[in-house]
Amino acid sequence: MKYDPFVLPFISGMAFVLIVVIGKWTIWFKGLPFSDKKKFLNGLFSRKFIYASREVVSESMLHRKVFRSNFWLGYMHMSLAFGWFLLIVAGNLETRWYSHGTINPPWYPIFFEFFVHDLKELPYRRFFVFAMDFLLLFVLSGLFIAIYKRYRSGFVGMKKTTRQKTIDKLALTSLWMIFPLRLLAESFNAGLYDTGGFLTNTLGHYFARFLPLELLRYPAWLAYSIALGTFFVSMPFTRYMHILTEIFLIFLRRFGIREKQAHSTFTDVELNACSRCGICIDKCQLSSDLEINNIQPAYFLRDLRDRKPDLFKTETCLICGRCNTSCPVGIENTNIRLNERSIHQFFSANAYEYIGKQEVKNGKVAFFAGCMGHLNPLTIKAMLTLFEKAGVEFTFVDENGSICCGRPLKLSGNFMAAGNLVAKNKDLIRESKAEILVTTCPICYKMFRDDYRLDIPVYHHSEYLLKLVEENKLDPGFSPSTVVFHDPCDLGRGSGIYEQPRRLIARSYSLVEADHKKKDSLCCGGSLGITALSGENRKTLTEATIASLTLNHPEIIATACPLCKKTFAGQADVRVADIAELLLEAVDHKPADHKATSVAMHKPADCLEEVEI
Amino acid sequence: MADFGYSLVKSGKTDLDTAGNALARSVSEAEPGFNLCIACGCCVATCSAGRFTNFGFRELIHRIKRGEEKLMIAEAEKCMLCGKCTLVCPRNINTRNIVLLIRKHAIIKGL
Repeated sequence: MKYDPFVLPFISGMAFVLIVVIGKWTIWFKGLPFSDKKKFLNGLFSRKFIYASREVVSESMLHRKVFRSNFWLGYMHMSLAFGWFLLIVAGNLETRWYSHGTINPPWYPIFFEFFVHDLKELPYRRFFVFAMDFLLLFVLSGLFIAIYKRYRSGFVGMKKTTRQKTIDKLALTSLWMIFPLRLLAESFNAGLYDTGGFLTNTLGHYFARFLPLELLRYPAWLAYSIALGTFFVSMPFTRYMHILTEIFLIFLRRFGIREKQAHSTFTDVELNACSRCGICIDKCQLSSDLEINNIQPAYFLRDLRDRKPDLFKTETCLICGRCNTSCPVGIENTNIRLNERSIHQFFSANAYEYIGKQEVKNGKVAFFAGCMGHLNPLTIKAMLTLFEKAGVEFTFVDENGSICCGRPLKLSGNFMAAGNLVAKNKDLIRESKAEILVTTCPICYKMFRDDYRLDIPVYHHSEYLLKLVEENKLDPGFSPSTVVFHDPCDLGRGSGIYEQPRRLIARSYSLVEADHKKKDSLCCGGSLGITALSGENRKTLTEATIASLTLNHPEIIATACPLCKKTFAGQADVRVADIAELLLEAVDHKPADHKATSVAMHKPADCLEEVEI
Repeated sequence: MADFGYSLVKSGKTDLDTAGNALARSVSEAEPGFNLCIACGCCVATCSAGRFTNFGFRELIHRIKRGEEKLMIAEAEKCMLCGKCTLVCPRNINTRNIVLLIRKHAIIKGL
């Protein structure tokens, strides 16, 4: 006997979710632009396929990135995902072994012990029975943490967890019911027929003492089947769609498919792949410092997936990118948000036609200070002096004031108008006949690098100055001052430059680190990504960031962004300086600082001698 | 004619037939900082767009308050949203948001 009507809820739920998932995957794939389809098909037959498969195991099953966030949170996700997967695999192997390799109906492995009471025929019986019980216990331990997390999220390192919708709660309840019901059903069975292992047999025999197991057995298996069926049916409408979408997303991403300048079906894949785990909520400074708790990607993406975009949520974001780097699924949150902003554009494509042709001198290196750069004349002066000292043949492209790079417009969703400025600046750069472009502003740098498609290399000044120093064109001395480096959002998370400025500073100063550094660094509060944020709120953000930076009591806060510098300068108690200024000082004051260093170096030795006497 | 360095000043009168205060009201409601401007001109001095054309945030606010809505809606489009004026403003006015609000008002009202 291999069939009983109680399997119907399970099998109909499974059929439903399979049809929906295959349908969705097909629609998503069909909706991709031709170039992306080509990338996908090429990827299937390349080494990328192996890398993608490996990532599916490490992220969708083992949840390696969640482990990095918190051990117990990772354990919870892993036990539920990997544990359940192993349970299915082991169950299949067990039935296959039992029926000597014949193919069984899909419900057979799930409800095996309902159908087979005498396991003596099963080879390696003790191994299978132990493994199935052990894996069930593994999943149940994860479930226990999940339930505990509802009441004490601090245990898994989360201050705030996602507020779920009713339908998500329903799906969650059915998911939570699956494993305890399986335990009950298998225990009842074990109590009657001795089919269980260390867990189910013990429980079963215990239950047999006071429960009418003959009567309870069937309802327990039916309830287990209903819980499974309910969960499967709810999947496409809830966050649990992520289980079946993340795998597809990993393959798409590994094959080189990314967010474009507008929503596509790739965006749909990303929206469905968000599990609303809530890791982005604590990472968001608007939540941690300003108690704005409804705009984080978990909520923003959910609204977008439900086709109910909310303007407030779309616009309220610093675009600092902390959610991107912390997202265990790797969703391009900020790009999706910018594309959503670009649906409403308030500036026309020819808004800046009033800017006529600009005069520009020729030079090998084009230096672009940017709008914000011009608010920091000290940085500009330092750069120009360093260029001269290094004997660089340069041209100051925006000496008399800049045409904005266009990123502020892009951040506000006005892509068309930004394109207008991009064209103007491109002409200017081309006309300078420069071979490389150097800018002191990470905002401009990101725009030049990602959106300009220039035919010359673009350097941020932290990279370029380091290059000059390493080529011995500049020879900085050593200063005893302690310096902390603040990673600007667009330079660090935005462009992946973390080490160059640190190496540059460490050559001349003693570098100390901040509380939040590199990928985890905080936004200075000056963000151009958000417009409707009051000055008071910005100050609160800045204060928190300065507190993180001054954790190790540095004498100087160094940054490589004119906007960060300007934002900190008004509020910090210690000196705020650009890395170019610090490098120039190290180059200029070489002999003096050598003396200072030697004094500082000798002092501890003298003290030691005194103590010894 | 001899140039004594003087020119005719445009009439400063407000034409009550064409003036409207809907824009000023909607913007100041969403961004109360709109009413904090002391017309010091720091924003104009630092303006990136102001180098290429006759544009300044101070004038924008001033003339919107005087009811020159249509003209100023077109004028606001000259702004590049670079944010320098926000940083130099002694009254801490959220200038970028005001420019965006003016443009949004225009698009929503179909002006």
